[in-house]
Amino acid sequence: MADQSQAKPIADRPPASVPSAVPRIPPSSQTGEREVAFEITGFSLWYGATQALYDVDIRIPARAVTAIIGPSGCGKSTFLRALNRMHELTPGTRIAGNLRLFGEDLYAASIDPAVLRRRVGMVFQKSNPFPTMSIADNVLVGLRLNGVSDRALLRDRLEESLRMAALWEEVKDYLNRPGTSLSGGQQQRLCIARALAVQPEVLLMDEPCSALDPIATAKIEELINELRASYTIIIVTHNMQQAARVSGRTAFFYLGKLIEYDETRTIFMNPNNPQTEAYVAGRFG
Amino acid sequence: MKRFFDAELETFRSQLILMGETAIEQVRTAIKALVEANSGLANQVIASDDKLDTLEVRIDDEAVRYMNLRTPIASDLRLVIVGMKASHDLERVGDEATSIAKRAIRLSAEPPLKPYIDLPRMTGITLEMLRDALDCFLQVDEAKAVAVCKRDAEVDNINRQLYRELTSFMVEDPATISRAIELMFISKSIERIADHATNIAEEMIYLSKGKDVRHTEEVKKIPPA
Repeated sequence: MADQSQAKPIADRPPASVPSAVPRIPPSSQTGEREVAFEITGFSLWYGATQALYDVDIRIPARAVTAIIGPSGCGKSTFLRALNRMHELTPGTRIAGNLRLFGEDLYAASIDPAVLRRRVGMVFQKSNPFPTMSIADNVLVGLRLNGVSDRALLRDRLEESLRMAALWEEVKDYLNRPGTSLSGGQQQRLCIARALAVQPEVLLMDEPCSALDPIATAKIEELINELRASYTIIIVTHNMQQAARVSGRTAFFYLGKLIEYDETRTIFMNPNNPQTEAYVAGRFG
Repeated sequence: MKRFFDAELETFRSQLILMGETAIEQVRTAIKALVEANSGLANQVIASDDKLDTLEVRIDDEAVRYMNLRTPIASDLRLVIVGMKASHDLERVGDEATSIAKRAIRLSAEPPLKPYIDLPRMTGITLEMLRDALDCFLQVDEAKAVAVCKRDAEVDNINRQLYRELTSFMVEDPATISRAIELMFISKSIERIADHATNIAEEMIYLSKGKDVRHTEEVKKIPPA
């Protein structure tokens, strides 16, 4: 399904305003000596007849934080959702190219998207604890849906996940309260705990702090910094200062194309592409 | 609330303090080389100058990186800016120490013009000024920083006095000219080091208060008696 030979027909040629493709960066230089989590080659995506991603080549390192930046409509959220096939929930989407996670083709026929989404968890812009569930039930819902009923295991995993999300001390005496009784920042950390409870390999975060105040944002960033050693984290953000603070590598997208991908330090201090420089310096548009 | 990258500022501050300590030691050793006519010590100072050059580049690089990636505000931004300026002053202090050391080697080949009393005294005051200015990186003390600026006049006084004395030597005995000129340059180097200490002290006041006191009455030197 994901091989070029079986690719769906390519859409009409892109309009002239789309920047030309970035020269392909040799794969070995993209992540240095680090283990590769995602290896993506020639990846394109359409919503019906509209092409949203054009021929993306990128290697994302494991157990590191990678930021995806770009102006509205550049395809960064579309790209993120493609990493755990969330885009398939929208009717009429199709892809071409190759997308592998630790060497496994995620678009192979044998892959169950629901199982994939446990391995590749997602945290959304608007925190979404299940409104009818308690804090504890919110964290454990993924495990219970997968048939886990061992009470000791559930108890341990509940505490472990809430501790990893830096929320345990704040809620340990109120685990039966509704998840929605928490503040905005706490609800987002609850959603992170929920994702961590099923022991994912990857955490995708789609503008996780855009609805939060600066203090809550700082706590989430602190949490990301603590999780980076154990999880592959990919964060879409329109807050460039946040991308600079939390990530080790940054990818800049524009009009569906990957324009530049490099160490965060390079992207923000001395980008190679003038469009990247214009965007990070706030001179876009 | 501590931010996860706060340790980077502390490391930045530590690098500045290390650079300050290295610069002070270079000056102290250079004067010791002069007083003891010890070319070995002088060569040690000359060989060690690149440590300060390396630290300046490292501090500036870290400052630019921090400003790009951490977007510092208020006192954090002032620390980074002041750090860049201070590293430049300290690098120049190192260059002056190297210059003193080279002249000490040349002077060691001949008997001293007179016992070295004023130059070590001048150096002692200068190094106290530098130490007090650098202490403000650990804990800003505006009064201490202002006192450094005002003390610069003491060093200027000694420099002028030495200049007059060495001129007399040269007039009375032309055979002393080469040694006297070397000593004049050494005195000038120490006076320049004191000026750098004053610059750093003014930067510390800016760090503490966000107030630029350069060229103001507040830090004008006490006029000579």
